[in-house]
Amino acid sequence: MRDRIAIALAGAAAGLLAWNLYKMFLVLPDEAMQGPIFRILFFHAPAAMVGMTGYFVALVLSILYLSSNQLRFDALAASIIEVSLVFSLINIVTGSIWARIIWGVWWTWDYRLTSQLVCILIFAAYLMLRRGIDEPTQRARLSSALCIFGCIDVVIVWKSIEWFRNLHPGPVLSIRTGGGHMDPAYERVFYWNLLALLLVGISLVLIRTRQEATAREIDSLRRLAHAQ
Amino acid sequence: MEGFMEARNLTFLFYGFTAAWAILLFYVITLARRGAQLKKDLEQVKRLFQTAPEEHRERIEESVR
Repeated sequence: MRDRIAIALAGAAAGLLAWNLYKMFLVLPDEAMQGPIFRILFFHAPAAMVGMTGYFVALVLSILYLSSNQLRFDALAASIIEVSLVFSLINIVTGSIWARIIWGVWWTWDYRLTSQLVCILIFAAYLMLRRGIDEPTQRARLSSALCIFGCIDVVIVWKSIEWFRNLHPGPVLSIRTGGGHMDPAYERVFYWNLLALLLVGISLVLIRTRQEATAREIDSLRRLAHAQ
Repeated sequence: MEGFMEARNLTFLFYGFTAAWAILLFYVITLARRGAQLKKDLEQVKRLFQTAPEEHRERIEESVR
């Protein structure tokens, strides 16, 4: 059943992405100041949003694990963090390519960029930590604690464009600014692409969660075999 | 000069989209390979349990499902 849902979500995401690409390249005009490179924003910012949403969901699951000791919460948090990390990587790489054209540099130690890099490093460390510990409850406890710590940085990434003076552009979406910063036609495509990437993310999480459950089952069967 | 900038702008847009799809594709391939490896491991554990008592066999069948 879960596989079918994952396939259906991936199919819906593929259709939506195709429609969005058509809109981005054949319907929307170039942005007046930035030219064609502006279109990177349709992947750059939604990828960051999907990643951040994932980290916050993982935070809730980590807290649930610590309060209930049920390993399924930990497994789901790990799957979500892995997928979120992929979206954060997409965000930072596409952002760097955009910056090369608009700012003339690939990278600058701006608050937003630096905090996002730290976020990626923390959650990469989370995945490495999980690989390094064999005992499931110890692994779950330590990785839940690291997830909670990592989410402090996610808040800094999110709010840095409001808290600090940055080279990175400030908020442009009308839900944060009240409107007037982005053309509504651009904003519509932006939200549709956010939905498409969210569907891709959910389908990947479903597949990854299933793998995590199978791995756990194999592990417990191996223990059983050795105990015989 | 403006034409050159426009072409450069488009080239970097292409790089951006390629990078995004490449990262996603790489992860999907990693997931598929991991899934194949898990299948192999499950087969191995199944073989381990071929001579196991009935209750253990039931558990393996459950996990395969």
